[in-house]
Amino acid sequence: MVKKILGELHEFKLPSILTPVCMIGEVIAEMIIPILMGRIVDLGISGADMNYIIRTGLMMIVVALFGLAAGVGGAVFGSKASTGLARNLRKRMFDNIQTFSFSNIDKFSSAGLVTRLTTDVTNIQNSYQMILRMAMRAPASMIIAMVMSFIISPRLASIYLIAVLCLAVIIVIMLNKATRYFKEVFEKYDKLNESVQENVSAIRVVKAYVREEYEKSKFRTAALNIYEMFVRAEKIVTLNGPVMTGTVYICIILISWIGAHMIVSGELTTGAMMSLLTYCMNILMSLMMLSMIFVMITMSQASAKRIIEVIDEKTSIDNPEKPITEVKDGSIAFEHVNFSYNVESEEPVLKDVNLEIKSGETIGIIGGTGSSKSTLVNLISRLYDVNEGRVLVGGVDVKKYDMETLRNQVSVVLQKNVLFSGTIYENIRWGDKNATDEEVRKACCLACADEFIEKMPNGYDTFIEQGGANVSGGQRQRLCIARALLKKPKVLILDDSTSAVDTATDAKIRKAFAEEIPNTTKLIIAQRISSIQGCDRIIVMDDGRIDGFDTHENLLENNTIYREVYDSQVGSSGDADFDEKV
Amino acid sequence: MAEEKIKEVRGPGQRPGRGAPRPDIENPGALFKRIMGYVLKDYTLHLVIVIACIILTVVASVQGTLFTKTLIDSYITPLIGQANPDYGPLANAIGRVVMFYALGVVASFIQARLMIFVGQGTLRNLRIELFEHMESLPIKYFDTHAHGDIMSIYTNDIDTLRQMISMSLPQLLNSAITIVSVFVSMLVLSIPLTIVTIAMVGVTLFVTAKTTKVSGKNFVDQQRNIGTLNGYIEEIMTGQKVVKVFCHEDEVINKFDELNEELYQSAYKANAFANILMPIVAQIGNLSYVICAIIGGAIALNQYLGFTVGGLASFLTFNKSFSMPINQVSMQFNSIIMALAGAERIFKLIDEKPETDDGYVMLVNAKEENGQIVESEEFTGHWAWKHYHKAEGTTTYQPMEGDVTFNDVDFGYTDEKMVLHNILLHAKPGQKVALVGSTGAGKTTITNLINRFYDIQDGKIRYDNININKIKKADLRKSLGMVLQDTHLFTGTVADNIRYGKLDATDEEVKAAAKLANAHGFIKRLPEGYNTMLTGDGANLSQGQRQLLAIARAAIANPPVLILDEATSSIDTRTEKIVQDGMDKLMHGRTTFVIAHRLSTVKNSDCIVVLEQGRIVEMGTHEELLELKQRYYQLYTGNKPDMVSA
Repeated sequence: MVKKILGELHEFKLPSILTPVCMIGEVIAEMIIPILMGRIVDLGISGADMNYIIRTGLMMIVVALFGLAAGVGGAVFGSKASTGLARNLRKRMFDNIQTFSFSNIDKFSSAGLVTRLTTDVTNIQNSYQMILRMAMRAPASMIIAMVMSFIISPRLASIYLIAVLCLAVIIVIMLNKATRYFKEVFEKYDKLNESVQENVSAIRVVKAYVREEYEKSKFRTAALNIYEMFVRAEKIVTLNGPVMTGTVYICIILISWIGAHMIVSGELTTGAMMSLLTYCMNILMSLMMLSMIFVMITMSQASAKRIIEVIDEKTSIDNPEKPITEVKDGSIAFEHVNFSYNVESEEPVLKDVNLEIKSGETIGIIGGTGSSKSTLVNLISRLYDVNEGRVLVGGVDVKKYDMETLRNQVSVVLQKNVLFSGTIYENIRWGDKNATDEEVRKACCLACADEFIEKMPNGYDTFIEQGGANVSGGQRQRLCIARALLKKPKVLILDDSTSAVDTATDAKIRKAFAEEIPNTTKLIIAQRISSIQGCDRIIVMDDGRIDGFDTHENLLENNTIYREVYDSQVGSSGDADFDEKV
Repeated sequence: MAEEKIKEVRGPGQRPGRGAPRPDIENPGALFKRIMGYVLKDYTLHLVIVIACIILTVVASVQGTLFTKTLIDSYITPLIGQANPDYGPLANAIGRVVMFYALGVVASFIQARLMIFVGQGTLRNLRIELFEHMESLPIKYFDTHAHGDIMSIYTNDIDTLRQMISMSLPQLLNSAITIVSVFVSMLVLSIPLTIVTIAMVGVTLFVTAKTTKVSGKNFVDQQRNIGTLNGYIEEIMTGQKVVKVFCHEDEVINKFDELNEELYQSAYKANAFANILMPIVAQIGNLSYVICAIIGGAIALNQYLGFTVGGLASFLTFNKSFSMPINQVSMQFNSIIMALAGAERIFKLIDEKPETDDGYVMLVNAKEENGQIVESEEFTGHWAWKHYHKAEGTTTYQPMEGDVTFNDVDFGYTDEKMVLHNILLHAKPGQKVALVGSTGAGKTTITNLINRFYDIQDGKIRYDNININKIKKADLRKSLGMVLQDTHLFTGTVADNIRYGKLDATDEEVKAAAKLANAHGFIKRLPEGYNTMLTGDGANLSQGQRQLLAIARAAIANPPVLILDEATSSIDTRTEKIVQDGMDKLMHGRTTFVIAHRLSTVKNSDCIVVLEQGRIVEMGTHEELLELKQRYYQLYTGNKPDMVSA
């Protein structure tokens, strides 16, 4: 795992190596300084040697400058390496995501991908920086301090060794227990916040049913519960401080007592004892630091795993070896197609589908939710690959086409469609970036989008906000249709793309299609029977099968499902949409 | 008189968001004081003990430092060279120090323990106050604030405040006390050396301020670039399928690379500047040590002012332990500023004006006695409005029927822009009123006024001939049922969710309501029936099923007046039929205001109200309006009127 992540370092390998080197330099300076300090006291002050004090003082300054240079170097290199790693990880993930097929995208979900690209990368960046700067420093500092202590006096230094071992055991036990408690607390804490979220978004329901007091008492109970749990978890953590200071104090006392005896018997100088006491702090601080690093590593482990999942994901749809780069015509055929989103776990979503659509035909598709209408059309532009059978466009298996060619010739307006932040011109030009203003306007006119665009203060230069937040649902759908039309495709697929457009405009768009692009094969999925009854032929989908494929009149006569839908919408009971979104 | 009072309350000063005291981040002192107010409210004693413990801890550690001096000067040096050294005095001294240390450890333990209660307890209180206050806020607050922003108060802001109270605060106290006590000890040991040390601290602070300024600018850059890049990532990930369909991968990658590079550059600089601070400060500390050693050495060797070698040794330790707390304070500074900014947002929510309620007409259980309506203690199934007339000092009871009138109502969400003009409406008990019109015509707004989610600017709305401003809000809302287009369910069982409409409903009542709403069928088929847990707004149910539950929830409340917002398409025809049937059953016998999207609903209404730009343009039955061949005709047929006449 570590290897995978570090594999993305590339040009930041050198700073990654220099950082710990610098940090060790800083540690060495830090270690030498107490010795010099001890000498100043010992030899300089006790020996009343002013020259010695000044000489050692100057030496100390030199060492301090060296430490400063190393420290600054460590800071700069460490920052470069960690932010650089973050940059490379983001890029590697983003590039790979762009190769993802629809099933890859479904697997991760957009929210999941966003978290991986943002929070998870930040986690890695922070812990990498921490590890580079501290992981070497803390053990190095501890070992050097330990070695120095042993050089000064092995007898006294062994006190440290025992203290460190004891503390390490205690810290590990506490951390273990605390992380378990905290995990529990944070799960509960998330739940509490979820309930707040629920209240914020459902505030109208709360107020309409006058349930403010009820919600308050529910929240109060939950908040008290969280409080108890936090207190329990923190009680363990707060033991840390007293245990640490306690150990430091015990060490100081032992060293003072034993050291005093040694000084008296001439085995130790006063200066050496002072140095020893300084190392005491160094050793225990490093231990503390190490425990923090462990926590950080465990925390970032999950992030690293999630990032690697994205980097390792292989696209499930690849371009063929010798791709065909021309689509002959807009004819479509399905031959014994079976399809499921997850081959192992579920029964097929499409079962033995056979279809034959001639180039230039207008086909309507109708059926209940979950009858796999969208699935059917998504196979045509090879957004998913079939499990069995073949899908042919222009007489050729879609798997043999160059994907870009196929998708430019088979233009889909997805059910969940989005616009991107940018002007209307920019958004429509997604269909063809070299299109002239004239062509863009023509496409908009075909999609009946021109009428509202021209009414906007800036016309085609109007800025669309992220997700198209500043246009209405119907307007958004029309812009998406215009964008798809600009490709001048041989096959145009509208997946429930006029549901928010009023009936009159809907009819107008269909009329424009019939008149302006007669040779384009058009597939229209709709809930409203009025949207499709004028089509050449209509496919009735039911539970992954084609229940009927015929003209409106014939279906009315022979197809029960179609008749049922027709009756409920247009017939006697008169339940058609009363659509008011003009 | 009551009328006057209401007018007064609705004066301009009452509108939320205006005139409310808002603490400024430029006034961190006041903010800090307010936070401390919360801490002190319940935990004054705790805090006093904590401060005492911190003082003990600091004294213990200062004693420890001084001990080195005494140890060397008074106990070790005299022993050197003695043939039979007497360790007795040394043992005594060490014994004393052991006591100090033990005291220090115990004190630091008590302090840490108590701070848990202070920190977590304060947060618990704050959290509860925040939530309870939020529940009391008017709908307007939720409509004008992004839900993500409100949520971030509970998650981010409370969290930073938690860190400040439980970590920064004790550390600050500790640092402050250490600084003072070390300073005093230094002064006692040597005044000239103290001046030198203070001067070096000045240098440290100066350098810190300079570096922080540069890194601050870089941090702002970094934050901005993170924002841009994350925004771009979110946008593209949401639209990733569209990117694929349009083969736009390369363009997207190019833009991403550009933003990614910008972020890297600024992040690198921001981090580097922040990180160099630590080594710089540490080395200035060492410099200070050397200078003190040299000057101190000179003084000690020349025996000025009775300054001893041991004294110098102690002073140098103090010198080291003086710069440490100062660095700590400067490091805590950032987190404190962040916590204060968070606290500002928390207090802003707490300072929002809650929904006011001056209603005095109450809804009571009623029964008939000798042809007179009287109040009843127990549930009778009949309700009446209890109306107290102040002028006459009498109380009248009036049966609740569900008669709603709008009399020349004007309304705007802000005073500047009116969205409803001269609305005149009368819904008699049991009538169905359909509101139709294009998006933004004001349909939803009308329904928001009946239950007083918003208050009108002019005109009157009457419920059973009582001005709704006189009715207690809770009672008014209890008498109105609501089924919205976006159904919101709560975490809990299916039965809990239905029972939301009537908390003390029996299992039979729940079942009956579900049956009425056509929800019983699907609930039976759920793995655990009525006890199935729903989470995440009923994510495990289909949209149609969620709607059925919302209808059942309204049915169990059994209100005389209903506000319905029909769902726009996207449910398939079969489910829609079931939902529609449920709604129809619910509407039966109740006064209903329905924001209609379905032809059958509109056709079967007693009154169709066609709205356009906040005005009623047509009103009447289906046949009457078709006859007019105006706006309704156009909506109904999808043809423009002039096209027909032509």
